[in-house]
Amino acid sequence: MQYVAEQALNALSIGAEYSLLALGLAIVFSVMGLVNFAHGEFLGVGGYIMYAMALFGAGDIWMILPVCLLTVVITAVLLERVAFRPVRRAPATTGLLTAFGVAIILQNVFLMGVSPRPKAVPAIAVLNTTVDIGSFTFTILQFLEAGVTAIAIVLLVIFMRRTKLGLAMRAAAHDFTTVRLMGVRANRVIATAFAISGFLAGLAAIFFIARRGAIDPFMGLLPVLKAFVACVLGGFGSLPGAVVGGLVLGILEVVLIILLPDFLAGLRDAAVFFIIGAILVGRPQGILGKKAELGDKTA
Amino acid sequence: MLEVDNVSVNYGAVRAVHSVSLSVNEGEIVTLLGPNGAGKTSMLSAIIGLVPVAEGTVSFQGQNINRLDTESRVARGITVTPEGRHVFANLTVEENLILGAAIRRDAEGVARDLETYLDMFPILRERFKQSGGSLSGGEQQMLAVVRALMSGPKLLMLDEPSLGLAPQIVDQIFKLISGLRDHGLTLLVVEQNAQEALKFADRAYILSSGNLEFAGTAEELRTSADLMKAYIGEGVS
Repeated sequence: MQYVAEQALNALSIGAEYSLLALGLAIVFSVMGLVNFAHGEFLGVGGYIMYAMALFGAGDIWMILPVCLLTVVITAVLLERVAFRPVRRAPATTGLLTAFGVAIILQNVFLMGVSPRPKAVPAIAVLNTTVDIGSFTFTILQFLEAGVTAIAIVLLVIFMRRTKLGLAMRAAAHDFTTVRLMGVRANRVIATAFAISGFLAGLAAIFFIARRGAIDPFMGLLPVLKAFVACVLGGFGSLPGAVVGGLVLGILEVVLIILLPDFLAGLRDAAVFFIIGAILVGRPQGILGKKAELGDKTA
Repeated sequence: MLEVDNVSVNYGAVRAVHSVSLSVNEGEIVTLLGPNGAGKTSMLSAIIGLVPVAEGTVSFQGQNINRLDTESRVARGITVTPEGRHVFANLTVEENLILGAAIRRDAEGVARDLETYLDMFPILRERFKQSGGSLSGGEQQMLAVVRALMSGPKLLMLDEPSLGLAPQIVDQIFKLISGLRDHGLTLLVVEQNAQEALKFADRAYILSSGNLEFAGTAEELRTSADLMKAYIGEGVS
């Protein structure tokens, strides 16, 4: 019982982390049709800024966390301005290649600016403090991951439903030209999408680095791939789908860690992707995606 | 109010509109007629700034707006309900209308206008919390018109408001549209359905293959069997 409860929270918190990243990918994709594969590098930006702050003696956790969030948001908005805006009217593949280019540049900035080797970031290790509730043992981080993600999602839903800019973003996901006809600036809608995706990635960066305790230049690669998988699993472009996809992915991973015998543990990711592949064979549009026929203009 | 002076529009290498001039005066209802592919929608797109003007000038209230982007033109008081309505299907009627008023800062004015238009189009009040996509074609057209009106425009351009609607709905839509003049609006209506459009328009232009073929009063066109036959085709009463 105790084991089940602990692992359930573990699955939820890992799933929440994937959800945060997947949501960021999905928001940008839904508004401008770009799969931003540089999204994983936001984790790196967050991680290296934390590392730098600790290095220069500004290692107080109440300083580090807001600065990390802010830096990632600014990076996201800046990247949109200098890298993605110029190719906005280009074919989708150009945007995709631009994203890979941005990712490679950022990885090399980390690599040459700091070190090709992993660096420890113990500054926020305090989040791994364990707490005992009755006979159960959890870390603060697990509660934070699940709780903060839930709060972020609720705030996002309120933003998307209650504000004009949020309405414009939902509308733009279906029909950007008509949103412009309402007088809403395309640049504003897209910059907001990037800012939100950066904010969510900043949160994910904090959790990710607290969990790992270290950073390296290529740390964003696997998470962005998993977030992409979560998006596909949930239904690409669907925001609820990204959340569901992230949670399913996290739960699958934890369940497989528990179920797979030790000598097969290395096959965990392979098994996860095999199951996801099987789900997509049955539901190619993803869990919450709408079925679209080829040539269906309204899709 | 709107002056289009020798405007040409290109789509890639293809010229869709050849040096067309037209004007819309304040308080007028002007209709732009012509068969499918005549360049009517291109003309509207050039006026609202969705496609660039290759030659000529578009002026609004005496100012050249060639270099303004679409959003700025909407802010100046031009708006369009696009062909095929383009209601935001995933948003409710209410949200569609709020977004229509996105550029306005006067919350009270917006609320007042909303009440006025919901009185004029009571079906939208009934459907207020439903998604735009759940509405019938005629209801969507009304929603698209009111959504455009919510921006508080001076000039409202309608692209094929009758497209794909049942005849009795078309009648109803046009009655409502012509009633908008009393609310101080100026209208430019693109139509293939010349019969209906000429019933309420003051003046008419006819485009054919991107060229201006006729400019005159709606009365003139309506009463001349020859003109109607030459430019509008079959179905002349």
